[in-house]
Amino acid sequence: MTDAVTNPANATKGLPSLAGFSAPIVAGLGLILGYLGGNAAGLGLVGALVGAALGALLAYAAAGAFDAASPVKFASNRTAGRWTMIALYGLIGLALGLVPGLVAGVLIGAVMSWFAYWIVRGDYRKGVPPYATPGQVLWHNAFLFICGAIFFFLIAPIVTIIPLSFNAEAFFTFTPEMLALDPAGYSLRHYEDFFTNSDWQLAMRNSLIIAPFATIIAVTLGTVAAIGLSQSHVPGRQAIMAILISPMIVPLIISATGMFFFYSAMGNWLEANLGMSRELTGYIKVILAHAALGIPFVIITVTATLVGFDRSLTRASANLGAGPVRTFFKVQMPLILPGVISGGLFAFITSFDEVVVVLFVGAAAQKTLPWQMFIGLREQVSPTILAVATILVTFSIILLTTVELLRRRSERLRGMSPG
Amino acid sequence: MTDAAASPDKITGPTPDTAIRDAERADGPMVAADGRPLKQSLNRALRRQKMRALALIAPLLLFILLTFLIPIGQMLFRSVENQIVTDTLPRTVVSISDWDAAGGEPPSQEVFADFARDLTLAAEQRMHTRLGSRLNYEQPGISSLFRQAGRGMTDMGEEVMESLVAAEPAWEEAQTWVDLFGTPDWQAENADWLVLKDEGGMRFSIPPPEFEFRPEAREALPRTADAFADFELFSRVDDIESVAEETPWPLVHVSLAEDLAANPGAVEAFDGETRARLEAVLPVAEAEMPFDYRAAFAEMDEDWLEVSFWETLQTFSTPFTSGYFLTAADRKLTADGVQMVPEDQRIYGTLFLRTMVMSLGITLSCILLGYPVAWLLANLPLRTANVLMILVLLPFWTSLLVRTSAWKVLLQQQGVINDLLVWLNIISDANRLVLINNQTGTIIAMTHILLPFMILPLYSVMKTIPPSYLRAAKSLGATNWTAFWRVYFPQSVPGIGAGSILVFILAIGYYITPEIVGGTRGVFISNRIAFHISTSLNWGLAAALGTILLALVLVLYWLYDRIVGIDNVKLGG
Repeated sequence: MTDAVTNPANATKGLPSLAGFSAPIVAGLGLILGYLGGNAAGLGLVGALVGAALGALLAYAAAGAFDAASPVKFASNRTAGRWTMIALYGLIGLALGLVPGLVAGVLIGAVMSWFAYWIVRGDYRKGVPPYATPGQVLWHNAFLFICGAIFFFLIAPIVTIIPLSFNAEAFFTFTPEMLALDPAGYSLRHYEDFFTNSDWQLAMRNSLIIAPFATIIAVTLGTVAAIGLSQSHVPGRQAIMAILISPMIVPLIISATGMFFFYSAMGNWLEANLGMSRELTGYIKVILAHAALGIPFVIITVTATLVGFDRSLTRASANLGAGPVRTFFKVQMPLILPGVISGGLFAFITSFDEVVVVLFVGAAAQKTLPWQMFIGLREQVSPTILAVATILVTFSIILLTTVELLRRRSERLRGMSPG
Repeated sequence: MTDAAASPDKITGPTPDTAIRDAERADGPMVAADGRPLKQSLNRALRRQKMRALALIAPLLLFILLTFLIPIGQMLFRSVENQIVTDTLPRTVVSISDWDAAGGEPPSQEVFADFARDLTLAAEQRMHTRLGSRLNYEQPGISSLFRQAGRGMTDMGEEVMESLVAAEPAWEEAQTWVDLFGTPDWQAENADWLVLKDEGGMRFSIPPPEFEFRPEAREALPRTADAFADFELFSRVDDIESVAEETPWPLVHVSLAEDLAANPGAVEAFDGETRARLEAVLPVAEAEMPFDYRAAFAEMDEDWLEVSFWETLQTFSTPFTSGYFLTAADRKLTADGVQMVPEDQRIYGTLFLRTMVMSLGITLSCILLGYPVAWLLANLPLRTANVLMILVLLPFWTSLLVRTSAWKVLLQQQGVINDLLVWLNIISDANRLVLINNQTGTIIAMTHILLPFMILPLYSVMKTIPPSYLRAAKSLGATNWTAFWRVYFPQSVPGIGAGSILVFILAIGYYITPEIVGGTRGVFISNRIAFHISTSLNWGLAAALGTILLALVLVLYWLYDRIVGIDNVKLGG
């Protein structure tokens, strides 16, 4: 619903009245934004008045009132019209508040110009049937606006930390230099700190040791068990499923408490009887604990994939003389592989992101990335956390894309199989 | 597996056809290809299939049992376990059971005598501080009493020992005691061990041979033998020393004096040098006895005579206790039964209530925010919905710590939101909003973190509601609201139920986020459990709180299973 090509039919018929509807509404938004902008400069009321006047002006411009006098044909060329409006707001912002003012002005200009065209062209009625009452149209748009606000709530906190991680100062907020887009306000020092600080490097290394091992255990045991569970006659299937899913349901703090007692005893036993070093037993403890936590995810994703699996394929394979092992690796595995991999990714992220259990079960030598972040957050040491967070967000975008691609592939594969 | 489809004519072995022909020929039950009755054959195949399925599941089941269920079971057990008292004070626990606190008097000399002997061994083994901490949970102040006793116990009865030694200096020698109780065989073995030890040097770690009492000596001086056995056990196991090298504790001397005073005839059981030594101290023993244990304890600290201490000890002398659970419920086990603790110490009820109320608040705000988004996603064209879905899945896949730190950055007083509001002159610099380290912070951050867990189940349910229902309702004259409320909403209730239970279960067990953004007033019961595990070390109480939380979650889990079914849990759309 941005500045897509406008429907020419809309331009000729059913356009809202300019003076009675469009101009006051755009002026209203201008009033609010103008008040906010004016407030920042200490002139709230003046800002509101100027904003309202500008809003009305925009509405008239978008309707083509100045097309005869100006080089920009607002009514027919929406893109050029919007850029003109944005430039106008940018200039006002620059005059009032230098570079930060310019940024704010451009943002407000973008919102205002979009809104002006949206209202004047009657685009707001696009999503509803032509017979809808004004109340229904209002509700429809209010609903979209609410949903937009919720999406903003979901994504904004994650996006905000990305620019903050390039902060040149050791602050957790935007400095005036950053807002002024001054290159001196930005730096890679927090990333540098992450890659050179031995604490962070140890944490990173531990995370990369523990998570893969935990994932391998969880995926191997989980896939085999999921295949067993998906057979047609399993006695006590419900109860077994409940037990296998339980690590996901039991609150982490309880799992951690239980494991704390059990694993410290187990660690001592391993050290005393098998002569393992303290460090090795530490890793074993954390890996086993994380594998247990990751198993429910593998079970859930793999059983979901197996639901659509065509059993006659394994029978056909057996009929053609393949043994169970060969059937598994040549026929079944390639088909359920997407489910196995996404289960594995879930298990990996569970371990990679886990902090409560490792906090209780592990020793300082097994300090993982989330643990180090947790310490940093509690003691408020350095914004290096934000650099790490940005790296992790990039990492999760990659994971998300992988899982999404795998899901599509799995659906395609299942769609292809007969039955 | 009877679906072979090859032509029956070309197969020489038994085929289903042969079986059918056989069955037609005979009047008996229908048989399978190999001649067995079909029913039996089917059962066997089914059984084999079941066994194979179980064999595939078994390794994982075993793994979960070992690495997850047993640890949790052990933790649950810890919430009632109280063996430290019976283990550390075995004699006292028995003798105090007859004492009646209602009399207002401290227990008898016998109880104090048993207590002195138990405590001496405990103090030497460094167990007394742990026992002190355990009892301190029930009555504050006991811990320091015990810690101080650790030093006092080694001196108790010293004056008796001194007068015995004054009468017969041999009683200060370790060898005298060994001669008194040890069998000749043991003495020989011990001598060998001492030689070994001399050669072994610093890292020598072979324990000395186990002590063997001469039966007649043990019978003649029962209390002394008992006390000496304690001393022997300690030096052999904890100290790795032979009893032949060290003088026993003064309390062993006191026991000897007690035995001699009670039964002077005991000396008859000995002969030679030992008898002479015993006879030498006989008059001193009679003069010194009875030893006043109570006074000896009172000399260390008057508080040992407090009735309340002995009451606590008596109440918690059972091997299992409901004490931790009562504490978790803000109650206390006293001699008069279960009572509420004073008003200002009732924290757990408040904490549980707060955890529940805040989790409920988080669940409600997740429903409010999740429902419109799920509706939008379910009703948009698939392509657009998939793009918008990324906005839901990205937070879902992003590390919990990352999201928590983002909220910390946004919400703090010098944070982004406050800075923005100040810059816009909406609030003044002096009146920055307090959004973090309180309940607001916890609710905002946790709603954000748990919102995808609400949207995803809601979306999968809404996806199955045909849009034609709404259109039908409207074409029959329903207003938008009626159509939604009477037709659409009831069908989406399972999604709300699934999402709510999931979010609620996750919320009440949260630890990390409340710990970082919750301050003191926004923390959950989990934070208290973590505090007891790692800071106060009151593990029994942590286990009891955990058990209550677990019970709560399991009830919800059961509900979830009834409503949604565990098999229907879906992840990532």
